[in-house]
Amino acid sequence: MSGVRQTVRYTEYHPRWYRTRVSTWWWLSRWPYLKFILREISSVFVAWFVVVLLLQIRALSRGPQAYAAFEHWLQIPVIVLLNLTAMFFVTFHAVTWFNLTPRAMVVRFGGKRVPDGLIVGTNYAAWAAVSVVLAWFLLRS
Amino acid sequence: MAETISVEVARYSPERDTEPSSQRYDVPLHKDWVVLDALNYIKDKMDGSLTFRWSCRMGICGSCGMMVNGEPKLTCATFLSDYAGDGSPVRVQPLRYFPVIRDLVVEITDFMNKLQSVKPWLIRGDEKAVSEGEYLQTPEQLDRYKQFSMCINCLLCYAACPVYGLDPVFIGPAAIALAQRYNMDSRDEGAGERMDVLAQHEGIWGCTFVGECTKVCPKHVDPAGAIQQYKLTATIERFKSFLMPWAAGNSEMESAK
Ligand code: SF4
Ligand code: FES
Repeated sequence: MSGVRQTVRYTEYHPRWYRTRVSTWWWLSRWPYLKFILREISSVFVAWFVVVLLLQIRALSRGPQAYAAFEHWLQIPVIVLLNLTAMFFVTFHAVTWFNLTPRAMVVRFGGKRVPDGLIVGTNYAAWAAVSVVLAWFLLRS
Repeated sequence: MAETISVEVARYSPERDTEPSSQRYDVPLHKDWVVLDALNYIKDKMDGSLTFRWSCRMGICGSCGMMVNGEPKLTCATFLSDYAGDGSPVRVQPLRYFPVIRDLVVEITDFMNKLQSVKPWLIRGDEKAVSEGEYLQTPEQLDRYKQFSMCINCLLCYAACPVYGLDPVFIGPAAIALAQRYNMDSRDEGAGERMDVLAQHEGIWGCTFVGECTKVCPKHVDPAGAIQQYKLTATIERFKSFLMPWAAGNSEMESAK
């Protein structure tokens, strides 16, 4: 890309101004900042669940014995605790991102912008629908 | 004697001080007084050396932005009475993340340069002759960019943005929102030119979507929205130029109008 690179340029005339340094702990200073950092961290737990899923598929492909071992591993207290934490963060991830979608997506209908609540609501509805379908598949037997 | 309220104001003199200190003043607490009234009272009656910027006193000029109790605020639209009651002083400091020139005045040339770099004006491929009349626009077309055009360059959004604080090369919320203001204007044809500046790391991709810029904006510009919407546009453009190099350009931007 033939970008015009941004630089930081101040006035040519240099009075002796004062600059503050941003503290390493800036994200602890306000709840919205902390929430942002937690949302970023939540991606680690999303990745963790992907790993669990991959392990599950591997166990499945290796036969009943491997699968039983996998299920046993899932019951280790540390893993249960880890998964519960991950569950919390993944939910946090989904909810915070769902609530942010109207910022990124401008949907127009009949010349009017679709209200934020409706876009968020559609997300939750889709989430619920997919969950119901999955639950039906899993619990049907 | 009327009720009073303590105001703790950051002071910094480049000739004398190595770092800012704070000074406390007790000013009358009137129901209809804003923080800026307190500052003007101090300057007129108590300490003429206090330096700060202001002009319109009505949320239009965008020059009175400061940190009030740690939050970026237009001081002409922030009532003192909202801070009264708990007895603690109201802290007034210069806008965060900008170099301080003196007391409450910050250096904003960096923003001015960034604003210029996104070409915030109508760009036309070919200009119509005056005799052909105006470029017409429907209310619906106006509606697409109107929100972004409300920006008063008060820079509260920069003071709310930790990305700008940590890495000042980031072009920042207001500059991107203003670029979008022109990109979304049906009369404008400069989206392609602006993309060179916007679609780079210091542009939209520097933004991690903290979202605080939108919350502090006194004009409901929603710069965070402008940035995310542009990320979507830039990604679509990128894919298009991959798949159909012959059709590259600003087709997506144009069709969005
Ligand atoms: S986007 Fe809002 S907060 Fe930022 S400079 Fe413009 S008016 Fe001020
Ligand atoms: S003095 Fe003009 S916006 Fe506050």
